[in-house]
Amino acid sequence: MERLFYFLYRYRAFFTFLLLEVFCAWLIIENNQYQGAKFFNSSNSFVAGLNSFSQDVREYFLLRETNRMLAEENAALRNTLDQRTQVLNSTGITHPVDSSIIKRFSYVSAKVVNNSVHRFTNFLTIDKGSNEGLESGMAVINGAGIVGKIKTVSKHYSVVTSVLNKDVMISALLKSSGYYGTIQWDGYNPDIVQFKFIPRHVKPVVGDTIVTSGYNAVFPPGLMIGIIADVHLPDEALFYDLNVKLSQDFRRLAYVEVVKSNLKVEQDSLEQTIEVLNR
Amino acid sequence: MSRIGILQIISFFIYLFYQVLILKNIVLFHSAFCFLYIAYLLLLPVETNPLFLMFMGFVMGFAVDVFYDSLGLHALACVFVMYVRNYWLNLLTPQGGYDTSAVPSLSMNGMQWFVVYAIPIVFLHHAILFFTEAGGFGLFWFTMLKIFVSTLFTVLAILIAQFLFPYRRRL
Repeated sequence: MERLFYFLYRYRAFFTFLLLEVFCAWLIIENNQYQGAKFFNSSNSFVAGLNSFSQDVREYFLLRETNRMLAEENAALRNTLDQRTQVLNSTGITHPVDSSIIKRFSYVSAKVVNNSVHRFTNFLTIDKGSNEGLESGMAVINGAGIVGKIKTVSKHYSVVTSVLNKDVMISALLKSSGYYGTIQWDGYNPDIVQFKFIPRHVKPVVGDTIVTSGYNAVFPPGLMIGIIADVHLPDEALFYDLNVKLSQDFRRLAYVEVVKSNLKVEQDSLEQTIEVLNR
Repeated sequence: MSRIGILQIISFFIYLFYQVLILKNIVLFHSAFCFLYIAYLLLLPVETNPLFLMFMGFVMGFAVDVFYDSLGLHALACVFVMYVRNYWLNLLTPQGGYDTSAVPSLSMNGMQWFVVYAIPIVFLHHAILFFTEAGGFGLFWFTMLKIFVSTLFTVLAILIAQFLFPYRRRL
């Protein structure tokens, strides 16, 4: 026993080293999972407060660009609204069929206080949290397209897993032909994501639009993701290699909207019932 | 609490906040990162207890991680580097050995010695950091490129910082 203690004491540096490294590795693994540590991330109010100060400074240099983007989005929304009203007027429908379908998604606007695009797993922090009714798993979008999914929330801030994260997969649709596949980022270029699982017999061409499919009730269907930049079909491969140019410039993200899906619980519980029946 | 201890604590926070508020936004060519905060760990006195070294590495790495949303990543790399540091310093002992309370800085042993001391440690730190972040060797060459360019950038930044604020012998 004495010799054991002597041994431990003699190599105490090495054992401390081992202990700390194992603890760090545990933190990394724990934090990689969908919902990691709740407190030690940038939604913690002290860290987020500092970050939002730093973002406030940075924002002055991007004001012109942000203004232009918001004005463009406003114009586009006004156009859609106008067309909608005209269609409604001409067909004579004045009240919608089911109000709960119409109110299926509601939107909360939020400011980005922290953002990164240069790592393999990128996150952003926004300045709305559980006080505004946000929960983990909600979709985050803005005028130009999808942004990501909420990872954790605190009272006033939330951390969002960006689309530019190697571990995120999003169900997407080829708008022209309706075939669906998966969007995933390979870690190289923050402008380009990969569109996977499109079978050989489909004929995608450069310039085709990719939108969200709405199959998982997180993202509303038909949201812009990007356009195909480059089509490649290796011999003997089952699926195409498609590079998609994102419509969103993640480096200049300033304002985003969080999508609250009001029917998500209903859709999920219905799908779960089927899974239970199939078992 | 001695005067040196207080100075150490102040410089800890200066390095930390300089890293997370300013250098975090500076990434050149989408691949060159600057992690100047490890200069703080490199410049701890030679005779520091290895247990304390690793503890400081852990605290510094953890603090940076909280801001980078990468819990454990920087801490892992820093603890490893701090474990290796004293062995590396022993190998590099100049003629006549180190003075008591010597600091392994540019002003102590000159440019050449400091570069030889700093580059492998910075390289090791970045290698652990980027390969752990990439989750394996899947993107080997791209990650290697990131490591090389970032090592260059970080060492350059450390050297410039040393010239701007030479570390005086504080006794």
